[in-house]
Amino acid sequence: MSLAADLRARSEDAAAPLPALLAEAEHLAGTVLLGEHGRRRAGLGDDFWQYRPVRSGDEARMIDWRRSARGDDQFVREREWQVAQSVMIWLDQAASMRFASNNNLPEKAARARVLALATSILLVRGGERVGLSGSGLPPRRGEAQILRMADAFTRDEEADYGIPEARGMLPHARALFMSDFMGDFPPVEAALYKAADRGVRGVILQVLDPAEEAFPFSGRTIFESVGGSLRHETLKANELKDRYLGRLAERKDALDRLARTTGWQFGTHHTGDSTQAALLWLWHALAGQA
Amino acid sequence: MFALGPIGFAAPWLLLGLVALPILWLILRAVPPAPIRRRFPGVALLLGLTDEESTSDRTPWWLLLLRVLAVAAVIIGLAGPVLNPQDRVSGSGPVLILADSGWAGAPQFPRRAERMRALIEEAGQAGRPLATLRITDPATIAFQSADVALTRLPGLVPEPWSPGPDEVARAIEEISAAGAFDTYWMSDGLDYEGREQILSALRDAGDVRIFQTPISAQGLVPATYADGVLTLRARRSEGSGAETMQVQGFGRDPVGIERILVAEHFAFAEGELQSELALSLPAELRARITRFELAGGRSAGAVALTDDSLQRREIALFAGREDREGLTLLSPLHYLQQALEPTAEILDGALLDVIPANPDVIVLADVATLAPAEEAAIVEWVEAGGMLLRFAGPRVAASDLSRTEEDTLMPVRLRAGGRSVGGAMSWGEPKTLAPFAEESPFHGLAVPDDVTVTSQVMAQPDPTLADRVVAQLTDGTPLVTRKRMGGGQIVLFHVTANADWSTLPLSGLFVQMLERLSVTASGARPTAEELEGTVWKPIQVLDGFGDLRDAGTMAGVPGPDLVSGTLGRALPPGLYEGESRRLARNVMDDGTLLVPAGWPDDVRVDGLDTAEETPLQGWLLALALALLSVDIVASLGLSGRLVRAALVGVALALPGLPEAQGSDDFALQASAGVVLAHVLTGDERLDRMAEQGLAGLSDVLFFRTSVEPDAPMGVDLETDELSLFPFLYWPISADQPIPSDIAYAKLNDYLRTGGLILFDTRDADVSGFGGGSPESRRLQRIAAPLDIPPLELLPDDHVLTRTFYLLQDFPGRHNSRDVWVEAAPQDAELIEGMPFRNLNDNVTPVIIGGNDWAAAWATDENGVPLYPVGRGYAGERQREVAYRFGVNLIMHVLTGNYKSDQVHVPALLDRLGQ
Repeated sequence: MSLAADLRARSEDAAAPLPALLAEAEHLAGTVLLGEHGRRRAGLGDDFWQYRPVRSGDEARMIDWRRSARGDDQFVREREWQVAQSVMIWLDQAASMRFASNNNLPEKAARARVLALATSILLVRGGERVGLSGSGLPPRRGEAQILRMADAFTRDEEADYGIPEARGMLPHARALFMSDFMGDFPPVEAALYKAADRGVRGVILQVLDPAEEAFPFSGRTIFESVGGSLRHETLKANELKDRYLGRLAERKDALDRLARTTGWQFGTHHTGDSTQAALLWLWHALAGQA
Repeated sequence: MFALGPIGFAAPWLLLGLVALPILWLILRAVPPAPIRRRFPGVALLLGLTDEESTSDRTPWWLLLLRVLAVAAVIIGLAGPVLNPQDRVSGSGPVLILADSGWAGAPQFPRRAERMRALIEEAGQAGRPLATLRITDPATIAFQSADVALTRLPGLVPEPWSPGPDEVARAIEEISAAGAFDTYWMSDGLDYEGREQILSALRDAGDVRIFQTPISAQGLVPATYADGVLTLRARRSEGSGAETMQVQGFGRDPVGIERILVAEHFAFAEGELQSELALSLPAELRARITRFELAGGRSAGAVALTDDSLQRREIALFAGREDREGLTLLSPLHYLQQALEPTAEILDGALLDVIPANPDVIVLADVATLAPAEEAAIVEWVEAGGMLLRFAGPRVAASDLSRTEEDTLMPVRLRAGGRSVGGAMSWGEPKTLAPFAEESPFHGLAVPDDVTVTSQVMAQPDPTLADRVVAQLTDGTPLVTRKRMGGGQIVLFHVTANADWSTLPLSGLFVQMLERLSVTASGARPTAEELEGTVWKPIQVLDGFGDLRDAGTMAGVPGPDLVSGTLGRALPPGLYEGESRRLARNVMDDGTLLVPAGWPDDVRVDGLDTAEETPLQGWLLALALALLSVDIVASLGLSGRLVRAALVGVALALPGLPEAQGSDDFALQASAGVVLAHVLTGDERLDRMAEQGLAGLSDVLFFRTSVEPDAPMGVDLETDELSLFPFLYWPISADQPIPSDIAYAKLNDYLRTGGLILFDTRDADVSGFGGGSPESRRLQRIAAPLDIPPLELLPDDHVLTRTFYLLQDFPGRHNSRDVWVEAAPQDAELIEGMPFRNLNDNVTPVIIGGNDWAAAWATDENGVPLYPVGRGYAGERQREVAYRFGVNLIMHVLTGNYKSDQVHVPALLDRLGQ
């Protein structure tokens, strides 16, 4: 089984128990492709919206005779205008994500990929269009897109820390950023502001290893980033714990604040926790953004 | 070698490295423990965080101490410490290794040899030429290289004698001829004649160093027997301390196996050099003892061989005339009894009663006639090795005994009447004895002048006479004649056994002659004079360690030498055989005293067992390694890595949870409902087909009857419990393995307790059950050990034909009528008015057929038949009948003869009056 196929299989597993994710669409503009999201106005679609009296210009075949036969007036049956939402996903595939503190835990990247692809599958099943931010993979619908996304998720990046990609964002689309957000903060900030400027709203999911929350180290230690570009030596690692945890809380706080400012949602997921819970949270977060 | 107390160092300068230890301490103290490298994405958040304290964790003092100790152990270890270092050989020039090599050194010989080897090797390392000399067996001193001398080492074994005067003289000669050399003298610790001279000769040649063990030498003096008591004496060379020594008497038991017959203890008191032990042993036991040994002595001196001296001969005396009661001095046996009583057991009794007791000697004094039975018994006894000693007398002289024909029990023919000389009524002087001829057993005995013969019986001149005369008078007439017969001999004294005819019985010569003839064996050792002229052949000789060896072809020893000669190469101690008795020559005798050797003060005397040189290097380096191992654990612990290592260790050590659930699961699955089972044959395809077949049958049962089987199971005969299954389907393949004995036991148990096995050879029974097809041959082999009752072809009225469906055929994929079941009882008869016989009251234990039922029953999980049966509709009909057979079969299995009992219903109803 290839990596992509394996990833997809596990994602299908994760996605299977959940109902189809119907992300609420707020805006119609910019996206005209038909989907199954009622736009709360009459238009092209499958679901019944309302009967309205026949107006001039309506063709005779548009008259709903069954309804019209109950009275003297003639009615036309209107359907709800349905469009599809676009969701842009940015998944941090940098080296820092390829970390697992012990053998029983998956790497952060692996967990993030599963979550991202599961979300994609749910969205595609819900009729949404899913794509990657940036120009690599524009949003499309259909099963084939899931294959393409799975393929894209298998490419590791060389950089030590990932920088969010906010280019190519469709206006008023939805976005999902997944990373550990351990790298420089300003690019994250910039990317979010840029997305928010385009009316894009979405979810930030910070994926962390339990060791990154607990800092269970002591003694003389040289800490190295996974890519090897950064290193820090300390003589008493246990004395750094409090200050490190302070900085981590600060970083989370900043992300939360940023999310609130831009109307996004922020969540943290630990690789030691359940994938299902994280997917549920993601679904709620994406669905709850009215 | 530099030495500190008992410890010396091979490379003492290395010890200077210990000075560096304090410096090492300081350095180790300054250097923090090595850091751990950790991959950690959160490092970005750590950047810029500085340690609050600039100093790191110091290495704790005890870890430092551990490391310093380890280094110190390495330094000391490399300095080559040696416990009890031995001084190396100093000096140069040739070395003589001189060994006493007497018997006294035998117990310590291995240690002495080890010491000699060490000395030779040391001298060899110093390049000094070596020679060896044994005083007990001196040879020319030839200095050679050490490796040659080493090859001679095994030859320096102790000899079973002490250095004698000849050997000492020869040794001194050799020593003075050898020039200048240093000497290592391996002393046995016993003094001997000439030792001082050897020492002075050696000191003239060079330095002398003595090696001597302080262990006391022990010796056992030969046992003496007097007045029924066996006296043993043991001696030792050092009198310090009380001591007990065990002495063991060896001999052959009645079976002929040599074993310890007696074991007693000598008790030496403080300062005593000799201990005596009196043993009172039964004559039988005493005669069996061949040697005494000091237990653990391991030397020739600790062995005392016994010879005939401990044995008392059994002699039966018979006289022809016992009528002159009270006149003991005239009794023909009086002098014999006097001569024999001190040294022999005299048997009395009738001749025929005595012979079975197997006396050594039978004396017939003046017995002329013997009953034929007595004569025959004596002949037999003589030929078996007995000695018949006859004396002449008036009766013999008057009888016709051996007159014309030589009597079997007489050595010569006799002339009538005998003769008298020198008496009152005759001419001539009484005759005296002539000196004994060389070949005579009496050779060497002095002939006293006062022995005279006045009467005698005369031998007829015969061609054999000259050979048979062993003693004669001065006029040449035979006095004693002897004839060998078989293994024994017959000796005739031509005079009486009392003083009637001669003065011989009154003389000491008479006793000596009897001794020579082995009629008596005196307890005292014979003197040299007594043995004059005899040659003794060694039978067994002792080696230095006290082991007896066969003498082989060693040369004989003259009798006087044997008694009084000095032991040496020509006369090793051992057991010697003479004319007809054995004499032991032992290392110790009454006069042998064990005197410890004393040495002048200016001679260096070393023990053999100086403290062993023990190199300590290995131990110290091992200690260093151990300390470093502790250091590893401690360092891991300090740096926080130990927990993980320990976890790994614990994880490895944790045993997997036992999986005891397997058989329970099997039993639960098999007993939850009715389960049809098939025997696993090892043929995967066949097993699958059987399972599918039973699955199909189970479905049919489920649909059509109240039997609702669970999924069928395969049964491994070797491991699985059979009693859980009412029914086993056993397809036979040609190459199926034969079950083990245990499996057969289970199968028989299963059959006896109501199980049913359906054997299916799947060959359509093409050849009948005569063993034609490979499958049926296999079936015969498999079924041979099974407890199967007599079989018959399934009869028309068998209960299988009607347990559920009414059937007359039992097809599977094949349609053969031949299906075999347990035979009906002989007395089963058709009852009037009944459609069926009253048959078995049991389920048949086996059904054997070849219709390949499983193939006909087999369906996949959707209920679609898997194998074709017949053609078209007829084929489907056949499959249907096959299912019906299956249903009937399972019904039969589960309900037994229930349907058979139905035949009684009309009769029951009739009785009930309905």
